[in-house]
Amino acid sequence: MKPWRSNIGLKIAMAVSGVLLVLFIIAHMAGNLHVFEGREEMNAYAAGLRSFGEPLLPHESLLWIMRIGLIAAVAVHIWSAVVLTRRALHARPVRYASKKPARGESRHAVATMRWGAVVIVLFVVWHLLDLTWRTVNPVKDIHDAYGAVVAAFDPDRWPVTVFYLLALVALGFHLRHGIWSAVQTIAGPNTKWRKRTQAISLAVAVVVVAGFAIVPLAVTFGLVS
Amino acid sequence: MKLSLRIWRQPDAATKGEMVSYEIDEVSEDASFLEMLDVLNERLIAEGGDPVAFDHDCREGICGACSLVIDGQPHGPQAATTTCQLHMRKFRDGDQIDIEPWRAGAFPVVKDLVVDRSAFDQIIQAGGYISAPTGTAPDAHAVPIPKQDADAAFAAAACIGCGACVAACPNGSGMLFMGAKVAHLGLTPQGQPERATRVLGMVAAHDEAGFGGCTNVGECAAACPKEIGLDVIGQLNRDFRKAAARAA
Repeated sequence: MKPWRSNIGLKIAMAVSGVLLVLFIIAHMAGNLHVFEGREEMNAYAAGLRSFGEPLLPHESLLWIMRIGLIAAVAVHIWSAVVLTRRALHARPVRYASKKPARGESRHAVATMRWGAVVIVLFVVWHLLDLTWRTVNPVKDIHDAYGAVVAAFDPDRWPVTVFYLLALVALGFHLRHGIWSAVQTIAGPNTKWRKRTQAISLAVAVVVVAGFAIVPLAVTFGLVS
Repeated sequence: MKLSLRIWRQPDAATKGEMVSYEIDEVSEDASFLEMLDVLNERLIAEGGDPVAFDHDCREGICGACSLVIDGQPHGPQAATTTCQLHMRKFRDGDQIDIEPWRAGAFPVVKDLVVDRSAFDQIIQAGGYISAPTGTAPDAHAVPIPKQDADAAFAAAACIGCGACVAACPNGSGMLFMGAKVAHLGLTPQGQPERATRVLGMVAAHDEAGFGGCTNVGECAAACPKEIGLDVIGQLNRDFRKAAARAA
């Protein structure tokens, strides 16, 4: 077996792609906060993402680099997860008759990582249909990002907001374990630094979830309209 | 004390097993868990039945032969304790206790509570050793080792290879065992010549034997009777990454 096809090799692929996705998510979260500056600033930020690097680079260069990079990272992340999960099911074919609650350092991850991932994938599909392609969003003008956000989280569309928040909870648990797990896989810190990494992961997860959640909540409760 | 036991009975590897209930009375609080099973077995033999097969050897907590998942926990409810060192005073009169074998694809059941752990031997054969000339043993202090490294290597060397880490892991992974060996041998000067081939060989043998991958949930370290921590898995990941990059 080639080293990169081993369990650890695949795990490194999952970790590296995961780190790239985390960096994207942090940037995305920070960018969303432009909504609090008002319609013009938010739309100018969105337009700026499209015109970034012009005239040296063609229109939407940054977006296409990001899109291709994200698709590659998501593909590697999911593919390695599927292969490793299948191997894990094969490695543990019989359940124990007697169940005890998990007691490991990252015990919450046992129940949240794989199912949370499914929730996140479903959310991303909806999110693209809603706020990227606008298939299910009443605001079709792609230059009006602000209007689309306001329409997406209109109080009448409260199930969308609830789903968004639910997906954020799944994302939060995913990050809380995923970030330190990626560091453990790539860098293999000692006990002291592992504990610190776990604390940093929790902090990043809380900040990311709060930063994302504040936007739909502000729209639903009328602070942004 | 009086106990009701539910024990996994399976005549051989090919036959389907099941949990079978046994009532046992007058168990001494001072008996070890294995002695309690000895008492049960003596009764079963006297009744003309088939005694419960389980692994045991030194009964001093250092050989790694004993196993048993007791109430869903490898080596039972007491932390940092092997089954042979677990005593019945940790249980209460009237308790129901479930006793199962290690569950892992790489550890097939041989009979009842006995599993085949030779997959661990394959991992050791693939790199869990050092090469040293025999005949003239060097003085113990001939090669100085920093105290910090010696302590870390010694802590990893406490692994008795019982397989509780695999039994506890939701992915049936042997990474804690493998990490303990990689850390134990890789932190000393004697382990350096084979450091890269060791980790690549052991990882290949581990996956080949059907162990799963690590998801860093930490169930292994919580179950380890020798309290080996997740830092050895970090060491394993680091050694593997370096060795694989050099081999590529």
